[in-house]
Amino acid sequence: MQALYAQLLVGLINGSFYALLSLGLAVIFGMLNIINFAHGALYMMGAFVAYFLLNLGGINYWWALLLAPIIVGIFGMILERTMLQWLTGLDHLYGLLLTFGIALIVQGVFQNYFGSSGLPYAIPDQLKGGMNLGFMFLPVYRGWVVVFSLVVCLATWFLIEKTQLGAYLRAATENPTLVRAFGINVPRMITLTYGLGVGLAALAGVLSAPINQVRPLMGADLIIVVFAVVVIGGMGSIMGSIITGFALGVIEGLTKYFYPEASNTVVFVLMVLVLLVKPTGLTGRAA
Amino acid sequence: MPDTAIAEAPARAATGGPILQVRNLEAWYGESHILHGINFDVNAGEVVTLLGRNGAGKTTTLKSIMGIIGKRSGSVKFNNQEIIRATSDRIARMGIAFCPEERGIFASLDVRENLMLPPVVRAGGLPLDQIFDLFPNLKERLGSQGTKLSGGEQQMLAIARILRTGASFLMLDEPTEGLAPVIIQQIGHTIARLKKEGFTILLVEQNFRFASTVADRYYVVEHGKIIDGFSNSELAANMDKLHTYLGV
Repeated sequence: MQALYAQLLVGLINGSFYALLSLGLAVIFGMLNIINFAHGALYMMGAFVAYFLLNLGGINYWWALLLAPIIVGIFGMILERTMLQWLTGLDHLYGLLLTFGIALIVQGVFQNYFGSSGLPYAIPDQLKGGMNLGFMFLPVYRGWVVVFSLVVCLATWFLIEKTQLGAYLRAATENPTLVRAFGINVPRMITLTYGLGVGLAALAGVLSAPINQVRPLMGADLIIVVFAVVVIGGMGSIMGSIITGFALGVIEGLTKYFYPEASNTVVFVLMVLVLLVKPTGLTGRAA
Repeated sequence: MPDTAIAEAPARAATGGPILQVRNLEAWYGESHILHGINFDVNAGEVVTLLGRNGAGKTTTLKSIMGIIGKRSGSVKFNNQEIIRATSDRIARMGIAFCPEERGIFASLDVRENLMLPPVVRAGGLPLDQIFDLFPNLKERLGSQGTKLSGGEQQMLAIARILRTGASFLMLDEPTEGLAPVIIQQIGHTIARLKKEGFTILLVEQNFRFASTVADRYYVVEHGKIIDGFSNSELAANMDKLHTYLGV
């Protein structure tokens, strides 16, 4: 039974990363209509920025949680301003190819300088150790990742669904020309939205660093699964991405316990089933 | 809204001088040349109507003034400021508001969010209680999804949301299209009240009978050019010509 709970916890942690990453992808796709294949590389950059901040600047984990998303978010905004904005109105394929190319370059550069092996990033002192819950032993840091990710996801959902800024974003997703004709600087809003989505990826990278170590290909390993999560949840659906992210993490964890051979493929099998039954995803709307 | 409020409301613009001057306005959709040198003025406090058949270039004229058409040339001056090269968000912030033909109600937003969406660009916009006085239906439907409203209610919402912004110059593109006669009458009353409030209105209409109840002057657009113009007092003398222009 202990093993089942342990796999559930692993599933929840993976689900946290899936949720944060797919949320960023959903925000970017909803607003920019771009399938951001560079998301995994930007997640990796978040982890590396935290590593650099600690080892070069002596800046600890807590500050990295704030600074890394901002730094990588600014990098994302530069990418959007210099490259992605020119793809407005073009077929999705162009955005996919461009961001895939960006991902290859970023990962290649990091691999060139840091190799493929992982660099250690220590768990902060405050989050070391664990708690005995009676039925299982819960490492504090892993519990923190789940709770913090959930809070960030819900805060992002609130921002988009319940605030005036979110109303601008949702309206601009439907009809950017008219929103701009109301006096809102839509291009600037798009840049900031891309920065927000990238920042979420970087935040996931920082959270992941103490668990998975810091590796140039850490994002490449994850991004394919995250895309499956987004497809299952429904492209552009905020709450769909959050729920699907956590749910699929748990399903993956349970599969590891009951039928380990299928744990790497269960997400993709589910994706196929969902696409067969509901091609727009579980919570997505038809175009 | 009580009539006293209208009487006491400060004029949004001093009547008389041209608030909008359009000269040699040309516009293109891709390679298609749509406007071929549009010239007209709108004076402060007036309701001016652009008449013309389908595809004549009326909507393109409004969109070009609003900066929505990417490829355009000529001169458009608003309050003596050249805006031909300005982006649409900047034009909106100068005090021009646009209500599109398709109404532009956002499906992902409820009525309240649709109403509050355009930012206030300057002081002098109508407060919400006055807007609800003009359009009482909207107050009862605030929580509904925007696109669940009837066609008439959607049109009211589309007009209502630009009245909040403080824009003094309103461009309404076919506000009566597809609406029942009783709703058309209500829209007509609203435009008349807005005129009394000091708004300047540029209207695009195919419904000439409706336009004649609210307009001060008319311009006729054909093949991307203004081919005629007259005031409301000259209307009777121009009816035959107008019927020919509009094909009615």
